[in-house]
Amino acid sequence: MQVKVEPRSETSRAVVYATPVLAVLLTVISGYFLFLFLGLAPAKTLYHFLISPTLTFYGWSELCVKAGPLVLIATGLAVGFRANVWNIGAEGQLTLGAIGAGGVALAFWDQSGVWILPLMCFAGVLGGMIYGAIPAYLKTRFEVSEILTSLMLTYVATLGLGILVYGPWRDPQGFNFPQTRMFTDSALLPLVLDGTRMHVGILVTLAAAVAAWVLMTRAVIGFQVKVVGQAPAAARFAGFSRNRTIWLSFMISGGTAGLAGTFEAAGPVGQLVPHLTPGYGFTAIIVAFLGRLHPLGIIAAGFLMAISYNGGEIAQVEDRLPQAATGVFQGMLLFYLLACDFLSRYRIRLASSRREVGPS
Amino acid sequence: MTITVTRRTFLAGSAAAAGTMALGRAGTALAADPLPVAFVYTGPIGDHGYTFAHDVGRRAVEAHFGDKVKVTFVENVPEGPDCERVIRQLATSGNQLIFSTSFGFMEATLKVASQFPKLKFEHATGFKRANNLAIYNARFYEGRAVLGDIAGRMSKAGVAGYVASFPIPEVVMGINAFTLAAQKHNPNFKTKVIWANTWYDPGKESDAAKALIDKGADIISQHTDSAAPLQVAESRGVYAFGQATDMTSYAPKAHLTAVVDQWANYYIDRVQKVIDGAWTSTDIWWGFKEGLVGLAPYNAAMPADVKAAADKLKADITSGAVHPFTGPIKNQKGEVVYAAGQKASDEEMLKMNWYVAGVES
Amino acid sequence: MISESIVNISAAVISASTPLLFAATGELVVERSGVLNLGVEGMMLMGAVTGFAVAVSTGNPMLGILAAAVAGAALALVFAALTLTLMANQVATGLALTIFGIGLSALLGSGFVGQTVPALPKLALPGLSSLPVVGPVLFGQDGLVYLSVALTAATAWFLKRTRPGMMLRAVGESAESAHSLGLPVIRIRYLATLFGGAAAGLGGAFLSLSYTPMWMEGMTSGRGWIALALVVFGSWRPWRVLAGAYLFGGVTILQLHAQGIFSLPAQVFSMLPYLATIAVLTIISAGPWRGRLTAPAALGKPFRPSV
Repeated sequence: MQVKVEPRSETSRAVVYATPVLAVLLTVISGYFLFLFLGLAPAKTLYHFLISPTLTFYGWSELCVKAGPLVLIATGLAVGFRANVWNIGAEGQLTLGAIGAGGVALAFWDQSGVWILPLMCFAGVLGGMIYGAIPAYLKTRFEVSEILTSLMLTYVATLGLGILVYGPWRDPQGFNFPQTRMFTDSALLPLVLDGTRMHVGILVTLAAAVAAWVLMTRAVIGFQVKVVGQAPAAARFAGFSRNRTIWLSFMISGGTAGLAGTFEAAGPVGQLVPHLTPGYGFTAIIVAFLGRLHPLGIIAAGFLMAISYNGGEIAQVEDRLPQAATGVFQGMLLFYLLACDFLSRYRIRLASSRREVGPS
Repeated sequence: MTITVTRRTFLAGSAAAAGTMALGRAGTALAADPLPVAFVYTGPIGDHGYTFAHDVGRRAVEAHFGDKVKVTFVENVPEGPDCERVIRQLATSGNQLIFSTSFGFMEATLKVASQFPKLKFEHATGFKRANNLAIYNARFYEGRAVLGDIAGRMSKAGVAGYVASFPIPEVVMGINAFTLAAQKHNPNFKTKVIWANTWYDPGKESDAAKALIDKGADIISQHTDSAAPLQVAESRGVYAFGQATDMTSYAPKAHLTAVVDQWANYYIDRVQKVIDGAWTSTDIWWGFKEGLVGLAPYNAAMPADVKAAADKLKADITSGAVHPFTGPIKNQKGEVVYAAGQKASDEEMLKMNWYVAGVES
Repeated sequence: MISESIVNISAAVISASTPLLFAATGELVVERSGVLNLGVEGMMLMGAVTGFAVAVSTGNPMLGILAAAVAGAALALVFAALTLTLMANQVATGLALTIFGIGLSALLGSGFVGQTVPALPKLALPGLSSLPVVGPVLFGQDGLVYLSVALTAATAWFLKRTRPGMMLRAVGESAESAHSLGLPVIRIRYLATLFGGAAAGLGGAFLSLSYTPMWMEGMTSGRGWIALALVVFGSWRPWRVLAGAYLFGGVTILQLHAQGIFSLPAQVFSMLPYLATIAVLTIISAGPWRGRLTAPAALGKPFRPSV
């Protein structure tokens, strides 16, 4: 008898659902010892970390607020990742989206009208796309790696936002602090529910994820993106252009990131500030892969990440869990999730050594 | 003990949240219960700078009140969409008094305060106040004026280097107060400023300090949070000033003194007011006089006359005899902004976005 | 006076570039074996905190440096186990490693905030270091600086001239072909990943023991990300990566000197290192070298021997 690992030809639905549960279980066990070691009451801390964020209606609304931008950006990024186009600068495209939207909001600050928000969304998407166009152009024209350009441009974007909010876009009544005016009601996303921060952008995000799902599974474009990524030679043979795919990937991922930036500025933040996001553009990369580049998987992964963030805050408040420990716990959760993925793709079984069947 | 209460209010809050605002534990606390107090920090408590100084105040509250208070803090809270949730969480969790210690938390604190009218909030360094939201700030520029006085006397080159973070009024005010005080002793004194564009990146801060020394500065001041510029000063044999806390241990030879943020007395006072039921929404800007700003012990390398002069300036500022922003003050273009004897108003200082003559930025 | 400025500015450039060079050289080897580990920032931080903690506790900076390399490699081992044995997605695992490393280093280091160690001593090479200008710049640095350059040279030699180096490159170009030739693909990738972790750990140790001799949470401030970009910049070649690290470090320092000379918003100066890197890579890519800039063909692709 020996332990054999072999790829599953077909992944059963039960395994797909069971592996994350196993991962969470392993995280709970490890977390128990981590919190015990830190001198906390482990069961209580785990409860606050993993359960509390989902206990209340308000908690769920906050999960939506947190998961929304992650899901929106990851959905866009997944398109490129399937085609091996490595946009890791969604954070910068998000920032440019916020700048575009914020620019509109400030330009029409003394006006009101239902046209302002759509215009902001347009400007936000355009901002993200234009910023995504730089790495796309440099890649298709000069073969400059998009990994480098998109990452480096993120820092430039943050500094650029700084120039604006420390300079010309500063709130004239704001004691020269680095922030713009608060947006007027016409420039703020309507709330889905009063008393929460859940804005209509979250509904748009869900719609975008579903649209992406349809696009990837039904449309030719989805097939093209997939083929270019997996078999460039075959793609050329079929007449799919690599450059077109690069452009398409950056336009989609830049656009969604820009829209996410718009939603942050016009949603929970309500103005432009120097640090508009806590790194959504980078976290979304994890979300995209955790969701296996599948729009529905991405929604699930986005909410799981949101729970780990919001739960970490609750555990800090309720149990005085050090902030650093929330990162360790979150890292462990991700490790287990990624490791358990193995079980859904490979079968481990004890077999007598003479049997050598199956795809190998 | 608190866990059940907390969870109940959490659930109650959720029911209420569907329609109106949650009230937290307001009003339900018995007199004998410890008063729950919370602090929200933007940095890590281990930054040994701004957040560390607030945390010293937090620990002083714990030490002073013992089991009469239950103190919670959340560190590394990013300014942006997350801080509102954290502050709200502290409110639903039953904290009666919440200190939010960074300017970037202002709008979020204001919003949560309006949703929890029975709880008390305090926001540091901002300008928006409400019935249950007090604001507090420290006149750090008073301390920086004393540093400038020392720099003017200790610098042979007459050139100071200033490692700055971002051009917000607080930083601009500090650079100006420092330069004006130095020029009292040496009218040709110059302050060269390098912007690190970060509050906290030890490597970049040290690079900036090195560049300033290479540009001719022989004394270094900083408005960033790490002790890296001091270490550079120590190794290059020039003097420097610490930031927010006594940083002597990082640079025993170079560290002359530091403006020390002393929030403890204020925090203790405010907690006591809540316990006594005497808390009101106030707007304070305290300095040397009230003990919110202090100086770290002088380095033995400072000559006695420099120490004496620094002590005298501190005493004069404390008594009100000297105001660091008293004319004549010229801006970089040489235009007179304040005529002889004219003093800058508090509002003018809080909005300051121009540099005095002698600042090279 | 001028020569003194040159010496000082060069020293600053070297300090700013060395941590990037360590981490980027390590990651270069990892990527040449076909593995993409985005967790450089986390491994650097683990190296920084461990190096500092050991140096403070034992009083021996050499032990600190050694421990930093081990700590970086230990974190890399987690990555290797997940991605190479359990076939987890490399990009996601690398990012998770960064989150984990940031948290763990902060947790471990909380007791060491506020402590100091003497900076690593400068090792003057006898004779050479007394040459004017060139002497102190090139031969008056601390041991880790020499080590970083030696590491670059050794990596270049190893990849180009040695049999194991060629095996590593073969694995990075096509794991399937290498496997069919009988090369131990997984073992080679494990070793490459561990080397990358150790080098990132050394980069972290340079930060906490030489550059700014102290420990503070998150003190790498994104340098791990820059190192990743520099591997791409150097098109997976050691000496070009060194050039990239010094370009980035150089512009970082020079923009500080340029402040005050030109009156532009301070943020514009801070943008320069990033923009310069993009511009230079674009010029290189548009030039006659362009055909040789491709990434290892198997980069990021999982491989599992099918026997």
